[in-house]
Amino acid sequence: MTVRVQEAPFDPAVELDGFAAGRTDTGAQVTFTGLVRGDGGLHHMEIEHYPGMTEKAIAAIEADAVRRWDLTASLVIHRYGRLAPGERIMMVATAAPHRKAAFEAAEFLMDYLKSRAPFWKREASETGAAWVAAKDEDEAALDRW
Amino acid sequence: MIDVLYFAWVRERIGLPKERVKTGAATVSGLVDELRAREARYEAAFADTSALRVALDQELADFDAPLEGVREVAFFPPMTGG
Repeated sequence: MTVRVQEAPFDPAVELDGFAAGRTDTGAQVTFTGLVRGDGGLHHMEIEHYPGMTEKAIAAIEADAVRRWDLTASLVIHRYGRLAPGERIMMVATAAPHRKAAFEAAEFLMDYLKSRAPFWKREASETGAAWVAAKDEDEAALDRW
Repeated sequence: MIDVLYFAWVRERIGLPKERVKTGAATVSGLVDELRAREARYEAAFADTSALRVALDQELADFDAPLEGVREVAFFPPMTGG
């Protein structure tokens, strides 16, 4: 289980190189990478977070995933600060003996990171900046777990 | 004395990220009432607590949660990670 909250960019290829290394009981790895989408004239995004709580909240979500699925490894990286369209915001990786657990655990991690990890996005365009409002569908997505 | 932290638009409306608050409130709601009574900028930030979330010592909590033994309270809008 690894959690990293950082301002700096990351390279998924480098992260995956050592992921679940040395485990011969892993048959499946799933990765998800989230990027800044340049909708509606977005110039850049600012991500604020709650240092201290962020790491704890993500670790608790990851621990929950490990309890629910038979994971051999998991990784969450989430950035904060100023990000331009096309930049990577975050990634999730899961490893399990079989693919169903790896896919489901990755979706679970994503759903919970959306609305239970203390990050707040602010979008800036040429005309101004606004905080991104939480979506009802993101809250509803937790119900299936 | 407890540390009170504000994030995102709550921080912007109140105009500071963190302050030390002397409170006699028994619950989070009681603390919110004390803060709202201070100045218009607090009233603006706490006008609709259904639009806010609270964490006590870095764990999500409810507005009726007790403050006894709590060292850090944080107020913020619903989270938008991922």
